[in-house]
Amino acid sequence: MSKPMLSVAGVKTQYGKIIALHGVDLDVNEGEIVTLIGANGAGKSTLMMTICGTPRASEGRILFEGRDITHMPTHEIMRLKIAQSPEGRRIFPRMTVYENLQMGAAMDDYAHFEGDLERMFDMFPRLKERLHQRGGTLSGGEQQMLAIARALMSRPRLLLLDEPSLGLAPLVVRQIFDVIRELNAIEGLTVFLVEQNAYHALKLAHRGYVLVNGSITMAGTGRELLESPEVKAAYLEGGA
Amino acid sequence: MHEATAAASSGLLARALKDAAASAAITALLLVPLVGMHATEGPSGALVLKYRFGLVAIFALLVGGLRLGLHLTVWRGDSARGAAPRFPALARLAGPAGDAAKPVFFAVLLLYPLLAVLGSGGLGPSRYWIDLGIYILTYVMLGWGLNIVVGLAGLLDLGYVAFYAVGAYTFALLAGSVPISDFFAGTLGADFWRLWSFWVCLPLSGLLAALWGVILGFPVLRLRGDYLAIVTLAFGEIIRLVLINWVDLTNGGAGIASIPPISFFGIPFSSGEGGFANLFGLEFNPMHRNIFLYFVILALAALTAVATIRLRRMPVGRAWEALREDEIACRSLGINTTLTKLTAFSIGAMFGGFAGAFFAVRIRFVSPESFTFMESAVILAIVVLGGMGSQIGVAVSAILLIGGMEMLRNLTFLKDPWLFGPDFDPSLYRMLIFGFAMVAVMAWRPRGLVSSRLATIFLKERKKVSGDLVREGHG
Repeated sequence: MSKPMLSVAGVKTQYGKIIALHGVDLDVNEGEIVTLIGANGAGKSTLMMTICGTPRASEGRILFEGRDITHMPTHEIMRLKIAQSPEGRRIFPRMTVYENLQMGAAMDDYAHFEGDLERMFDMFPRLKERLHQRGGTLSGGEQQMLAIARALMSRPRLLLLDEPSLGLAPLVVRQIFDVIRELNAIEGLTVFLVEQNAYHALKLAHRGYVLVNGSITMAGTGRELLESPEVKAAYLEGGA
Repeated sequence: MHEATAAASSGLLARALKDAAASAAITALLLVPLVGMHATEGPSGALVLKYRFGLVAIFALLVGGLRLGLHLTVWRGDSARGAAPRFPALARLAGPAGDAAKPVFFAVLLLYPLLAVLGSGGLGPSRYWIDLGIYILTYVMLGWGLNIVVGLAGLLDLGYVAFYAVGAYTFALLAGSVPISDFFAGTLGADFWRLWSFWVCLPLSGLLAALWGVILGFPVLRLRGDYLAIVTLAFGEIIRLVLINWVDLTNGGAGIASIPPISFFGIPFSSGEGGFANLFGLEFNPMHRNIFLYFVILALAALTAVATIRLRRMPVGRAWEALREDEIACRSLGINTTLTKLTAFSIGAMFGGFAGAFFAVRIRFVSPESFTFMESAVILAIVVLGGMGSQIGVAVSAILLIGGMEMLRNLTFLKDPWLFGPDFDPSLYRMLIFGFAMVAVMAWRPRGLVSSRLATIFLKERKKVSGDLVREGHG
């Protein structure tokens, strides 16, 4: 196997004196969907944000395509071929859907804007219907689609998704996950997915990691983790 | 259906009128002894009764009128509130009708001095109206400048007057500087600096104010919302205190006088040979300068507006708006939020600096007294009342606030002995009315007078993005 696309090695992150991540190791290979599951407060989002540079890792190294991005400013990291759909979606509520999408392409100099826009409409037909509505008036599922589409407008090779299923109806969650699967299968997009919805995430992902209290406790293929008794007991019981 | 609503509205009107008449009558009855009779000391020292029935009538009419207004607007129980814009005229300002109205608006602005001269019957008597126009336009420009920082980038700046002060003092100090004047006297003629100082210093004032915008911007980049507001408030006060205490440079509280007047691009507005009137074959009149000042501030304000409109369509302008919406999302899209904030601060400050230089050349005297927190508050009120981010809204609210406050001075009929008596000064109540107006606007138009914003980009047609659909802070 060649070098991983994203490699997180011994990353430790602190909020003041409180240690949120105790040396996390994790790899995402090109063309993979990798998921990170864990309970509330395990440090999933902290890891996601540390990859993006806010907060900074106090120890360890983060490499993207062989390049050390540990100490790069956030906006420069996000100008590499990385895009993030942040937790809670964070679309621009008072801007229209169209303007939101345009913000996503801002760092690409709008070179591929029209074509990419059509691609997004193929993938998320609802966004085309809502093109001139304010982002804030969309439903939760539509907002999540917009957040993903906005991230994709910068033509990333690695997509970071932070809890895309948050607060969405099961049917909508399935739609979103179907889109992620298609993006990966058809366009070869590499996806790193942080999820609390362990069942759906593990079913979708090629590989998964389990984060408990700031440390990775288990790793394996999606199927292995789905069937492991510990994961079943801790994350799937009564769920799914 | 149509008849039913008509019947319902006529019933509503009848009820409202009845209620308004009743409340007016009750008010009148109550106030006859309380307000209508006033016991004062007579000329011989004895108590005499003075009757003020005119005042009672005014109060009664006010109560009746206000209740009628409330019945017809706020208290219409069953009508669908918010379904239709309650101020259609204002809503139209931002719509297609507004587009048609813009040339008219601009024509009125251009013809205003002519109208003032014709309306008041001569150049001399028009002075009050021209000066009022200049005064209002200065605030329109300041409002538009601050609108970039507060309305577009969403950075609450309570110290905007600092940049106004920097611009004014930059011009005052450079224009009044003897070494600079001597330097140019040696190379370009003795009068060069006196005549051209404004035109040379105007861009310098803007640049220096922009520089101070960056200087303020750097330490406060990590702050947002309330914290940012406090720091900018302090910054405004620091600038004012420096101006007061650095006596060697700024002459302290006494201020700087003897600022050279504006010239018509090098031609002085003087009565003698080579003056403006002489060269253009007009009879000399000091009002020529004021009318020219009016056009200068009109041009500066227009520059601010055009620059803002252009910037909003450029990536930096969209980044400002995105920054206002969500800073974290901005960073996740690769936007350099530091740079974006700094550009907003410095460009907003630059227009404040231009306005400051204009202020100094108009008044020809600057002192720290002109740059108190009150000024910042008024400018911010103009932006907030106008609807943050809306150009036309800011202009309308500047006209209403500044013009309205000025108009209060003219309510001389209140000094009638039947009303408040000759000692009454309505302008003392300006701030009270100002406060009431702010509360009223915030209660009924919480997003400002013109609350919708036009999308800066559009595919086939431009659609208005209503501000009424979403809550403040939640999109």
